[in-house]
Amino acid sequence: MSDPMSPGPGRVDQEHGRHLLLQMLRVRQLEEKCIELYSASKIRGFLHVYIGEEAVAAGILETLSPDDAVVATYREHGHALLRGVPAATILAEMYGYLEGCCRGRGGSMHLFDAATRLYGGNAIVAGGLPLAVGLALADKMSGRSNITACFFGDGAVAEGEFHESLNLAALWQLPVLFCCENNLYAMGTALGRSESQTDMALKAAGYEIPAWGVDGMDVLAVEEAARRAADSVRAGGGPHFLELRTYRFRAHSMFDPERYRDKAEVLKWQERDPIGLLRSTLEAAGQLGPGEWAQLQTEAESEIARAVEIAETGTLEPLEDLTRFVYSERSAP
Amino acid sequence: MKSSYREALRAGIREAMQRDPRVFLMGEDVGAYGGSFAVSLGLLEEFGPERIRDTPLSESGFVGAGIGAALGGMRPIVEIMTVNFSLLALDQIVNNAASLLHMSGGQFHVPLVIRMTTGAGRQLGAQHSHSLEGWFAHIPGLRILVPATLEDARGMLWTALEDPDPVLIFEHGSLYNVTGELDDDAGPVDIEAAAVRRAGGDVSLITYGGTLPAVLDAAGQLAADGIEAEVLDLRTLRPLDEPAILASVARTHRAVVVDEGWRSGSISAEISARITEHAFFDLDAPVGRVCSAEVPIPYSKHLELAALPSVERIMAAAREVTAVRG
Ligand SMILES: Cc1ncc(C[n+]2csc(CCOP(=O)(O)OP(=O)(O)O)c2C)c(N)n1
Ligand SMILES: [Mg+2]
Repeated sequence: MSDPMSPGPGRVDQEHGRHLLLQMLRVRQLEEKCIELYSASKIRGFLHVYIGEEAVAAGILETLSPDDAVVATYREHGHALLRGVPAATILAEMYGYLEGCCRGRGGSMHLFDAATRLYGGNAIVAGGLPLAVGLALADKMSGRSNITACFFGDGAVAEGEFHESLNLAALWQLPVLFCCENNLYAMGTALGRSESQTDMALKAAGYEIPAWGVDGMDVLAVEEAARRAADSVRAGGGPHFLELRTYRFRAHSMFDPERYRDKAEVLKWQERDPIGLLRSTLEAAGQLGPGEWAQLQTEAESEIARAVEIAETGTLEPLEDLTRFVYSERSAP
Repeated sequence: MKSSYREALRAGIREAMQRDPRVFLMGEDVGAYGGSFAVSLGLLEEFGPERIRDTPLSESGFVGAGIGAALGGMRPIVEIMTVNFSLLALDQIVNNAASLLHMSGGQFHVPLVIRMTTGAGRQLGAQHSHSLEGWFAHIPGLRILVPATLEDARGMLWTALEDPDPVLIFEHGSLYNVTGELDDDAGPVDIEAAAVRRAGGDVSLITYGGTLPAVLDAAGQLAADGIEAEVLDLRTLRPLDEPAILASVARTHRAVVVDEGWRSGSISAEISARITEHAFFDLDAPVGRVCSAEVPIPYSKHLELAALPSVERIMAAAREVTAVRG
């Protein structure tokens, strides 16, 4: 891959720019499909989509190596996809099929994948932060140079586990990259109605953690900040903290009537759609023509369409297996 | 008047707010969002943000603050979205709410009500579906209520607020949309006694909360086969209405306990133990139990359904105990 740090004429190398655009389009396409499948009752339970926030996962995951660990929330379909979990496996999970990444036992909110070191898919707000601290502790104690990227929402910042985790990570100088996906709302609670101090970087600074805010709609800015932070974490600089300022374009979940925000606010943010932003950047630099744009869209669409076809052929786990995986299965001596 | 379980709960909250200025509701998204399960919808407009108080995501913090406010003379209703999230507040509930009266030698009462959703059946997966009310019923100092009917959804709250000690109310998620007739003058109800929801002389089906509808359904189908079941709705898990349980068994000589919690170390185990301790010689058959499979509740629909008590399993258990000749 060409070096994203030496962009040539535009802000980014052409090939890399198109790659990032495709990554975001893949997530968008997957999420749109999820909504459609939910409406068709093929996906059930709670479904939280990432539409509008794609630049965050795309920019950050770009900077991780395959050995790094990822901890995410219930809004994690995009993280799973970009981490390398096949779309068909993600969808099969949401269909409740055996072929899903968790055999249908987890569902939309609980995507786990050992192969890509994706440790969930946690539906307890802030529940993943202590796990990330522990994963990083294990890496550090074992002398591995991996880092753990931990994604959580602005809502998590109010929980005790957030503060306990930041303190531990800083105290023990652990390789955690804390990524706060600040989309300004925790369900219906606006950040300003939930935090006495809304500047996340200041909070992290209270724990002596280097932290900065990033335009979370600009994938190039996210990637650059993440690379800087991740390099420093990897080099032994202890935990770092990024506040990714973003916005969710859709309802919190499929049950949310969105009484708490104005349509106008949503429309205003949609003008800074992360996909549209990168597209214009590339177009302005002459790095993307209408043909290439259409081609990227088709690529994302056909990947997801094919994934749905595969997921649809899934099977149900036999009922006899219901109580498996409560305890570890030991092979007979 | 037609009412849903959700509307009945809301009417109970509204009445409490109107009757006592010390009462306020606090929790995550109870206000601007309209309640995560829409129970408090419209109350923000009616009572304002001081008394319909949105909290940050801080279960331990705001439950603890509810305890403090109760100590300070208020009558808080704290809403926790679901029982799984109450685990973040377990310290405050067990180490403070349940213990302060005793530790202070009887000086400090905690007149607090905590409401939360419990239970499975909506494919929400392991972190949103558990039935831990029986677990809370283990704790001395707490009163545990499990409204299964519209009358109880409407009426338990006020009585709970009058209690000088902490009361936890568990609302099963599958009940919110249940709709039926509620008396126009429905009001506070007792929170002491179990209630017989169906009379029958052949077997006692003992249950509570979210499984009551399935148990009544099973009882109806069993009647077609000539088995008449008495259905006992516990209504309160702590204290248990032991006399009502024993009286029912004395009438029918057979019992099946139906509980969505797991079987091991459960409230169903407690009920079974009390029956064997105090009504052993009334029994014509061993006590039966229908509980959830011992597995974190899976997402996949067929696995989830298989994990939960079903009408079929309830009927099978009732048939089994009635087949034993006394
Ligand atoms: C401990 C806990 N409390 C409450 C909830 C219910 N809940 C689920 S998501 C959510 C909002 C979280 O907002 P945020 O962290 O900002 O993430 P976002 O949904 O915006 O991505 C709430 C309150 C939960 N899952 N866990
Ligand atoms: Mg948020």
